[in-house]
Amino acid sequence: MNEKLDITLTVNGRSHALGVEPRRNLADALRDDLGLTGTHVGCEHGVCGACTVLMDGRPVRSCLTFACQAEGAAIETVEGLADGDRLHPLQQKFWELHGLQCGFCTPGMLMLAAGALRENPDMDDEEIREVMSSNLCRCTGYQNILRAVRAAADVMRAEGAQG
Amino acid sequence: MTENAPNLIGQSVARIEDPELLTGKGTFAADFNRAGQIHMRVLRSPVAFGRLGGIDTAEARALPGVIAVWTAEDIADLPQIDFRMTKVQGLGPYRQWCLARDYVRYVGDPIAVVFAETAFLAEDACDLIFPEIGELDPQLDPLDDPSPYMPETMPGVLSEPAVLRKGSGDVEAVFAHAAEVVELELSVGRHSGIPLETRGALGVYDRDSDTITMYGAAKVPHYNRGAIADMLRLPVERVHLSEGHVGGGFGPRGELYPEDVLVCYACRRLGRPVKWIEDRREHFLSTNHSRDQHYRLKAAIDERGVIQALDAEFFTDQGAYVRTHGATVSDLAAALLPGPYLIPAYRVAGHIRLTNKTPCGTYRAPGRYESSFARERLIDAIAARKGLDPFEIRARNLIPEDRIPFDRGIDALGTHVVYDSGKYHDLLARLRAALDWDALSARVAARRAEGERIGLGIGYFVEKSGLGPDDKVRLHFYPDGLICIVTGVANIGQGVETAMAQICGGTLGLPMAGISILHGQTRLIDEGRGAFATRVTVMTGSAVKLASEALLDQALDLAAGRFGLPREELRYRAGRIWHEGGASVTLCELAAEYGGEDGLVAEGIFRSDHMTYPYGIHFAQVKLDPGTGGVQIERYMVAFDVGRAINPMLVEGQITGAVAQGIGGALYEEFVYDAAGQPLVTSFADYLMPTAMEIPPIETLIREDAPSPLNPLGVKGAGEGGITAAGAAIASAVEDAIGRPGVVDRLPLTPERVAGWLRG
Ligand code: FES
Ligand code: FES
Repeated sequence: MNEKLDITLTVNGRSHALGVEPRRNLADALRDDLGLTGTHVGCEHGVCGACTVLMDGRPVRSCLTFACQAEGAAIETVEGLADGDRLHPLQQKFWELHGLQCGFCTPGMLMLAAGALRENPDMDDEEIREVMSSNLCRCTGYQNILRAVRAAADVMRAEGAQG
Repeated sequence: MTENAPNLIGQSVARIEDPELLTGKGTFAADFNRAGQIHMRVLRSPVAFGRLGGIDTAEARALPGVIAVWTAEDIADLPQIDFRMTKVQGLGPYRQWCLARDYVRYVGDPIAVVFAETAFLAEDACDLIFPEIGELDPQLDPLDDPSPYMPETMPGVLSEPAVLRKGSGDVEAVFAHAAEVVELELSVGRHSGIPLETRGALGVYDRDSDTITMYGAAKVPHYNRGAIADMLRLPVERVHLSEGHVGGGFGPRGELYPEDVLVCYACRRLGRPVKWIEDRREHFLSTNHSRDQHYRLKAAIDERGVIQALDAEFFTDQGAYVRTHGATVSDLAAALLPGPYLIPAYRVAGHIRLTNKTPCGTYRAPGRYESSFARERLIDAIAARKGLDPFEIRARNLIPEDRIPFDRGIDALGTHVVYDSGKYHDLLARLRAALDWDALSARVAARRAEGERIGLGIGYFVEKSGLGPDDKVRLHFYPDGLICIVTGVANIGQGVETAMAQICGGTLGLPMAGISILHGQTRLIDEGRGAFATRVTVMTGSAVKLASEALLDQALDLAAGRFGLPREELRYRAGRIWHEGGASVTLCELAAEYGGEDGLVAEGIFRSDHMTYPYGIHFAQVKLDPGTGGVQIERYMVAFDVGRAINPMLVEGQITGAVAQGIGGALYEEFVYDAAGQPLVTSFADYLMPTAMEIPPIETLIREDAPSPLNPLGVKGAGEGGITAAGAAIASAVEDAIGRPGVVDRLPLTPERVAGWLRG
């Protein structure tokens, strides 16, 4: 149980060697072993989505994923979302449209939306609502989160069309 | 003489707090770490009520990596946790100890605490502690006769700590001659704030200075610092609390709980940093629950449906112990039950009852969510009896404008209840117009004729905000133009920093960019009241305004001296003071010349003995699924007079977030217990918090028609009104859809209940 496994995690493009107990979940490994505390833990039972990160581009609950399961995958966390000082369109729109209050759910919301938009950049409003309903927010009542995702999707599509 | 650049106050600017939070750089409680830290885990009672015998901790102590295991005996020098706010006497015996003594009184009651090298180990060790508990029959219904609290050790002490009584006018006399009497019995279920971040704390002890610092503080750091110092019998300077980011407050978070005290106590006694992070199940079991009230209302009305007297009795199920809030919830419920209506004679008895459930405290709009539900159900019942529409019955009962300021003749939280300003009829008329009520009613009637179960409902509320007695801030102006405001307020996610920067920038005619707010640090300022009771914008905001004005004052004096010119002839604009004759100096230059290391320093202290009373109306349109009893909210609107909105976007955000919580409490969220007192709700799979699918767009009608005369900004708090009448409006709409007046008598409106009412 307490024996440690040596694994390598690739997070935001950088690889990290670490030793973890088999029972250590990815959220704890990111937060406690790698110091990436932007990923939050709100329930540890897979409902709230605060711990959402991307694994090979798809959103996963890092509290329900063992760290050793993530070996070999490309993991993305909120710390890697911005391009240097330039905020990701999702971050920018969450900011402009007041899509956060306490900010605890925000990293999970951002990563969920980032993953979903990568899979389907053309989500309509109802699809956005449905996707975003997999994470909980206790502060905002969601409306500004939905608006922000919509607005960011539009920006990203326009940027994609240009580039 | 001052002239300012376009005013920041009143503008929807984006928040200065956000960039950190958006990039994962926030520091929430669990993000604090210290080298050498150990982890604390609490063993909690598995039964609702029982006599606590011996606790065998030998095996747990023997586990390698375990540093200490304590039970009540090991911390015998720690007293009970005291009340933060209550003037009600007689509650003392019911305070909670940090670890249970003699009895356990709810599932989740802390019995023992383990300190170990890792969090896993601490949890493993808890499984090796064996308490002997002689199980007893729990009291679960607050309406049952009070029972012995701790039968053997506190004989004669019963589970009704207090009954609050308030009133004004001659209720008996009115009832003796009443045209008609309407009676109702109503309940609001048990639910709570449930912030997305669980509680947590890191206690760090510095041996050289014999000082404890607790990271992860929230809401009321200064008060808690004093309370912890008292409990540990240390001078207050030896304890510091430090607030990082807080993942939602809403009432429960930031109160002083056993774990906070244990973390502080242990880091000093064990000489190592001690970290404790609550898990979600623990949160459901141990962090304050709320609501859970039962009302019996009796109103004397005249022929027109106008209430002449209200005789009310209610019961608050406060759970196992009386925690820091003391009698606050019942006090506020009793004081604000009459709401916006004239009601010339009023009498209320609020029973505080204890049961073997998780202890309760406040949750956003404490006592008002519940009492607004009860009162508005009563108004609807009178409307039904008199055949009046929901607007007409309210118009007949509202306090007219010429009676405001309106003195209710009773007290709340030790202050006199005087509604400071309000145009109640005007707001009602505006909502009616905004909804185009007659056309809307016609559309609904048409859909009903097609067989749809549609209903409309409204709920009127009066809130309170801006609890005194005072607030102090210190403002530093540095030569480089940066401004730092140090305040004892707390940020629980509501946007305090932005609002305070707007008030400062607005007053000085300066941009927000150079303004920073330091809060929640007892090391930096000796006083602070924190963030509760929707007091921040009113109290701290006013103090910021006064400090900004004091800075300006000081600067004008300095400039007058420097120029050798009379102060009255100087003008100010956007950071610069000048004289028509050509003399000119900037605040930066003055700070460089006259300010020391701390820059120019000004203080603002704002005092207020009275609360301000914002008010508003919720509207809901619902559609019922006759098969499942499911309630779908088709449309939701809140009309809300906030006196003055510092940042309308943030006000709207507060309203929308609060409505979502109000919908949760009205339809989905409830702590349910089985017959043995076992909680059936211990995860997010059982506690149904609304998601983006359940919350419709929220329309708002934010008004500034009745600024508060009690503070220099005219503001009233906007943090709670979005939840206050949510239960009331939704219940009203659901009952309208069911079409049988008087059936909807409790929250939450679960599908099961709604289906039952539909069947009749
Ligand atoms: S922490 Fe992973 S879903 Fe809640
Ligand atoms: S912003 Fe607080 S939980 Fe979403």
